[in-house]
Amino acid sequence: MTDRYVDLVNTPLAARLAKALGLPRPSVLRRYTPGEALATKPVLVAGSGAGADALAEVILGWDVEVRRHVLPGEKLSAAVVVLDAADSPADLSAPLLELGQAVKLLVPGGRVVGISRAAEDTSDPARAAARQGIDGALRSVAHELRGGATANGIVLRGQTTTTDPSTIGALRFFLSGKSAYVDGQLIEVQAVPEDSVSDVAAATAAEGEGVPDRPLDGRTAVVTGAARGIGAKIAEILARDGAHVIAVDVPAAGEQLAQVANRVGGTALQLDITAPDAGTRILEHVGQRHGTLDIVVHNAGITRDKLLANMDAARWDSVIAVNISSQLVMNEQLLASPVFSPTGRIISLASTSGIAGNRGQSNYAASKAGVMGMVRAQAAAFHGGARTINAVAPGFIETDMTAKIPPLTRQVARRLSSLQQGGLPVDVAETIAFLASDAAAGVNGQVVRVCGQNLVGA
Amino acid sequence: MADQAHAQTTARSPRTAVVIGGNRIPFARSGGAYAYSSNQDMLIAALDGLVARFGLQGERIGEVAAGAVLKHSRDFNLTREAVLGSALSPETPAYDLQQACATGLETVVGLSNKIKLGQIDSGIAGGVDSASDAPIAVSEGLRRVLLDLSRAKTTQQKIRILGTLRPKDLSPNAPGTGEPRTGLSMGEHQAITTAAWQITREAQDELAYRSHHNLAAAYERGFFTDLMTPYRGLVKDANLRPDTSVEKLATLKPVFGKELETPATMTAGNSTPLTDGAAVVLLGSEEYATAHNLPMLANIVDAEAAAVDFVNGEEGLLMAPVHAMPRLLARNGLTFDDFDFFEIHEAFAGTVLGSLAAWEDEDYCKRVLGLDGALGSIDRSKLNVNGSSLAVGHPFAATGGRIVASLAKTLSEQGGRGLISVCAAGGQGVVAILEARN
Repeated sequence: MTDRYVDLVNTPLAARLAKALGLPRPSVLRRYTPGEALATKPVLVAGSGAGADALAEVILGWDVEVRRHVLPGEKLSAAVVVLDAADSPADLSAPLLELGQAVKLLVPGGRVVGISRAAEDTSDPARAAARQGIDGALRSVAHELRGGATANGIVLRGQTTTTDPSTIGALRFFLSGKSAYVDGQLIEVQAVPEDSVSDVAAATAAEGEGVPDRPLDGRTAVVTGAARGIGAKIAEILARDGAHVIAVDVPAAGEQLAQVANRVGGTALQLDITAPDAGTRILEHVGQRHGTLDIVVHNAGITRDKLLANMDAARWDSVIAVNISSQLVMNEQLLASPVFSPTGRIISLASTSGIAGNRGQSNYAASKAGVMGMVRAQAAAFHGGARTINAVAPGFIETDMTAKIPPLTRQVARRLSSLQQGGLPVDVAETIAFLASDAAAGVNGQVVRVCGQNLVGA
Repeated sequence: MADQAHAQTTARSPRTAVVIGGNRIPFARSGGAYAYSSNQDMLIAALDGLVARFGLQGERIGEVAAGAVLKHSRDFNLTREAVLGSALSPETPAYDLQQACATGLETVVGLSNKIKLGQIDSGIAGGVDSASDAPIAVSEGLRRVLLDLSRAKTTQQKIRILGTLRPKDLSPNAPGTGEPRTGLSMGEHQAITTAAWQITREAQDELAYRSHHNLAAAYERGFFTDLMTPYRGLVKDANLRPDTSVEKLATLKPVFGKELETPATMTAGNSTPLTDGAAVVLLGSEEYATAHNLPMLANIVDAEAAAVDFVNGEEGLLMAPVHAMPRLLARNGLTFDDFDFFEIHEAFAGTVLGSLAAWEDEDYCKRVLGLDGALGSIDRSKLNVNGSSLAVGHPFAATGGRIVASLAKTLSEQGGRGLISVCAAGGQGVVAILEARN
């Protein structure tokens, strides 16, 4: 499970050796701890225009030092490049060259966040070229960064401004340790109606140092497949953020499930999610115990790998049944029930295999690509309302499942990402907790990869 | 003032005690999956599963009562120790209880009475037993020598005491299920009763078959998903034989009653095996369940214990529930016809069939039970509808909790009234009534 190479290469002697031999030098990532400071060094807000000015003001309010230009030799925690006003590719030059100076000064675990507008939202070819160009530049910067630093982007849809709660929520996620293994990703955000976000102020206020952030206080969350691995960690992180977790898994996994429920102070519900009434039973349980269901995380999934030429119906059908069909049925039952909150969140586990395909996983990739299709269609139906649905696509995550991959293949898979290491279950869980929070009220229909910018599925 | 005085002297009418839910670990055959689990391990597992199911982490429960029949002397505070090892609040009080195989049911009776009286609002009742991790005692001779040695002051005294030790004193005493006053095993006792009531081998095998069949069907429809939490890799009762048949059961050799004049009829198939397991039940007042948004499966109506003189008298060792039943029914103004489900613990198939025969026997009911006529007969289709101890297994003190939780769930699904009967060593037995809430 543990990546010994990361530990080794971060010792002084091995680090020098790896450098001399040109071996990968993955860093220990900066991960979130409750009460962490968002930035200990100044944050650069590059770019000109009203959007950049307004955002700089907001960040100043977080007790963070803000620079509008790079000061020679001064270390930076993050560089935010605001490009919302870019009208032609020529407009990218100055801010991106400024960013180029900034990345040299980033502290380990530093952050680059680009803010731009969606190419789809303009019919002007030059403006669309500028907007799409930012996408390519940011992904390239992500490949170039070292020292556990990441680069991601926020894409403003419609009339969303740089200081809308949705924008700020996504920016804070990217700046924090919660996004440690999210790299080279662009998330689209929509401006949201005020009434869909009950605690914008809390979500956007500065976190005092040492004060744990509980953005999910009072929420009820169902996590399927919660007995072990990523599901157990999702339950833990949602509970840390204040949610009451109903941990769901098949009866055969009941022993571990009970342990997870007791660890997070939640309840265990033994249930086969492929049963036709699974969603109804979950709703009955939540309805009786809690009244309202706020968050559903469709995490349960299985693999039954075989080359398609050797695939049998049992393997194909069971993967489809568990990984996607069960979610479709359950979502229908959720949406038909008054128990599912009007501001409900659905987060579904996809996979980079569903994006790029994977040898021996035609069934799994079909199910996971299916999840993305489902999420986008459902998001369109949610558009304009206060509910959201999103997918998280993990790349190589250190779990019992990936521990079974042959050692050499496993080592190669780990180093294929920009961060040159596998992610941890907590990285997936943090992204899900963000999508479940009010801070992500404007994020809908997105597939967020938690893959360290893995080359696979890029 | 007058009103206050009046209020103080008027007896408070008892509250209703309800079954909120239950949890047990699958029952394992002795020496099987739980061979290296202690009673405390298993009781903690059962408690933790219950805590997880109902979100009771850190909760201070009114009281926890449980027990074990085969118990190490170090486990004098077994239940309290299990509470301390569980996810419950360490401020939850607990006590141990032991009434042989009726232990589990008696804990339910005791805690439900406290709830009815308003002494507690919530309680967890149950029991555990390990036939695998049974205590083994040193012989009486060695024990005396060791005690004397601890009191000896001089080396000379010590040598003299050690000199009294005999080789036979070194062999340990394994626990037995024999009755202390008769020396007969429970199976041999039942064999006498089975023969006296002329219970046939075929009838016993048929009952055993139905037990397995009913248990398998209950698993098939997912009946146990909210009554059980797997433990140590075991996800189903290890004793269950879904594919058994009357024909297969008929091939087994008799094991009890071979010394009797009548043909021996009791086999390993129609007797319960030695089993390891634990079961607990969450009880509460209606107010507690409502305040905590918890389900209410059934009301605990009433219970009655009885004992018989099997040592010098005529009655069979496991016939006490037969005596308790008419008293319980009379107190509640009920007959067998008023019940929709019967849970008669299958210590042996002969125990169940002997009890049924006794209640149907006019002469016996008049002469022994002092009734005006036969107590009545029980519709077999209402008997042990989700299987009982012959199929599930019987970790002595855990059986009561298993039965109460399963019956309460059945009543919540199908309505009606349920009757429980559990026999116990020492010529004892406890019977109880549960009732659906609507």
